[in-house]
Amino acid sequence: MKMALKSSPVIFGWLSRLPRHFSTSSALAAKPMTVRDALNSAIDEEMERDDKVFILGEEVAQYDGAYKVTRGLWKKYGDKRVIDTPITEIGFAGIAVGAAFAGLKPICEFMTFNFSMQAIDHIINSAAKTFYMSAGALPVPIVFRGPNGAAAGVAAQHSQCFAAWYSHCLLKAAVRSSDPVVVLEDEILYGVPFPMSDEALDSNFVVPIGKAKVEREGKHITLVCAGRGTDTALNAAKELAGSAGIECEVINLRSIRPLDFDTIARSISKTHHLVTVEQGWPQSGIGAEICARVMESPSFFELDAPVWRVTGADVPMPYARALEVNALPRHTDVIAAVNADKCSK
Amino acid sequence: MSKIIPSVAKLLAGNTVTKVGAPVATTSSAKYSTKSEASFEIKPFKLHKLEKGPATTATLTREDALKLYEQLAILRRIETASGNLYREKIIRGFCHLYSGQEAVAVGMRAAMRDVDTVITAYRCHGWTYLMGASVLGVLSELTGRRTGVSRGKGGSMHLYAKNFYGGNGIVGAQVPLGAGIGFAHKYKGDGGVNFALYGDGAANQGQLFEAYNMAKLWDLPCVFVCENNGYGMGTSMERSSASTDYYSRGDYIPGIWVDGMDVLATREATKFCIDWCTSGKGPLVMEMETYRYSGHSMSDPGTSYRTRDEIQEVRQTRDPITSYKDKILSNELATPDQLKEIDAKVRQEVDDATKQAKVEPEIGVEELAGDIYVDCIDPVIRGVIPSAPLQHISVAQRN
Repeated sequence: MKMALKSSPVIFGWLSRLPRHFSTSSALAAKPMTVRDALNSAIDEEMERDDKVFILGEEVAQYDGAYKVTRGLWKKYGDKRVIDTPITEIGFAGIAVGAAFAGLKPICEFMTFNFSMQAIDHIINSAAKTFYMSAGALPVPIVFRGPNGAAAGVAAQHSQCFAAWYSHCLLKAAVRSSDPVVVLEDEILYGVPFPMSDEALDSNFVVPIGKAKVEREGKHITLVCAGRGTDTALNAAKELAGSAGIECEVINLRSIRPLDFDTIARSISKTHHLVTVEQGWPQSGIGAEICARVMESPSFFELDAPVWRVTGADVPMPYARALEVNALPRHTDVIAAVNADKCSK
Repeated sequence: MSKIIPSVAKLLAGNTVTKVGAPVATTSSAKYSTKSEASFEIKPFKLHKLEKGPATTATLTREDALKLYEQLAILRRIETASGNLYREKIIRGFCHLYSGQEAVAVGMRAAMRDVDTVITAYRCHGWTYLMGASVLGVLSELTGRRTGVSRGKGGSMHLYAKNFYGGNGIVGAQVPLGAGIGFAHKYKGDGGVNFALYGDGAANQGQLFEAYNMAKLWDLPCVFVCENNGYGMGTSMERSSASTDYYSRGDYIPGIWVDGMDVLATREATKFCIDWCTSGKGPLVMEMETYRYSGHSMSDPGTSYRTRDEIQEVRQTRDPITSYKDKILSNELATPDQLKEIDAKVRQEVDDATKQAKVEPEIGVEELAGDIYVDCIDPVIRGVIPSAPLQHISVAQRN
């Protein structure tokens, strides 16, 4: 359960306090304790230790918690520190983050993490990014917690794991849905003209969902990319062909989900080397997904070297020009990755 | 748009309440003003669920008169400089100017105490200055340089200062955050009041109503300040809002409509709000009717959804600086020479800061992974490729 223990607005990370309750080395802990009780006593201890800690959420006080995690806390600490909120997630998540801005240490409970989607703007944009954007002037010591993951018999809206969503800490909307389709348009490319074939200009022309496009053929290494990463990869491929005689096969995914793994697999069996290129954060990103699929498939045996990912750096996007440039992959990074990959045997 | 024009007439009518002196140029030939204070009538406040509103007579001392004038002038000048820096392509990305709305921030600041706090949206350059940042701190944040209040990492929408919680780029998000800061005031019992500012566009965000509800439920010392400048981007308030009486949209929260072009009105209204909140009566909604001269941001010329005549008319009849200047001159709280001196000082200060903000260096690339976490458990942050990891550093703690 080491998910995002390093984050400052501690998402899940607060659970790191739990292990000592499970410790078997202490005589006290020999008595079994449920996770619920462990959570409860961890909250209790924290509230006792620091009067800046308070908990708010739906039904956390008088009802004793929808899942009884906060049982008894209201009776012990009263209205000031155990606060029932209305059923308004974005509102109370925002209030909790604002209180953290001002130096308190809120524990913001979501009755389940399914409902956190109503409040995700405050988790990502208000809590996770402010310390960085303020150059360290404004810490946001907050815990968002609540039940996550597949539950039993409650169907789609109430049963899902948000680990990948929040594992970025600063989740980027790498939303991939198949039926209602989300189209992510690259803002930077809005003004960039591309040559159009007669075929593409035809009113009947449709780019199929779920089909990748080989933008450039090559035999030495496969570059898999999406969105603006495609431009970066193509520039790198051009330079590598000229300077080093390395022919890259550049695959533009176009659609992230469904992911056209067949095209990737075919290319790997030809080139035996793979580098992925994307602008998003590395953790649980597109490259990570492709690596996982390679590991799970016969393509693994086709590789002559480990796969490398070229991604956005694992930081919030800075405003300063030089920092911004360094936060995003450039064609020189792809070249470095290709060279490293080709050299590692 | 139709609502703007009648309100101009109303405001003009309000202005006649003030003492009309002799023509400005002949008011006084003395270098320094002679009167120590004067009283002014304020255009009546409109009240929602309040029996009694703020005082409609304001007393202004000579010292305060000059101080307010200087602040109004410096805010205008900062925005002029920002606009120029943007046109020179030295400011990148977004840039939202406050010109026309200065009386809101300056009047509010004049009434605020050290313990009070502010959070606003992205039109935040002036507020940052008023809350204690230097002109250079503001302008070099806009140019993305080392001396910026956020070391160039935040840019124009993410400025911070003591008791000033930003600058927020997400329309409406600052409102529940502000209620949360108000919550902290109450929790800590420090007697402070939070002012959460938002525009007429953000006034329709669902999260505002969630924040209103909890603020009233818990009697938080928080004032929701709607800066109604008539347009949310290019959509006029009549096209966005089923009710344009923003001061009444808190329903069960009492509200006040304020002439946001009159720095004395905004000051008196804010004093009232502080008294209200500190006596434990809970939140208030305050609508400041104002106007923005520039487009929504620098990429908007601001003329496709309103007429140039409309902008011109506001400049000529309602400008918060010109009207205030006339007031203090005709009441002999200041002389033209004194104001000229202030103008020159302000120009010098902002020009110097502008020059400096252009030549300051950016922070080093080593700060790309600086201050992501207060306590970084895993000191190595992945960079763009696996062979180039970044080292997390704590710059704020080091400085």
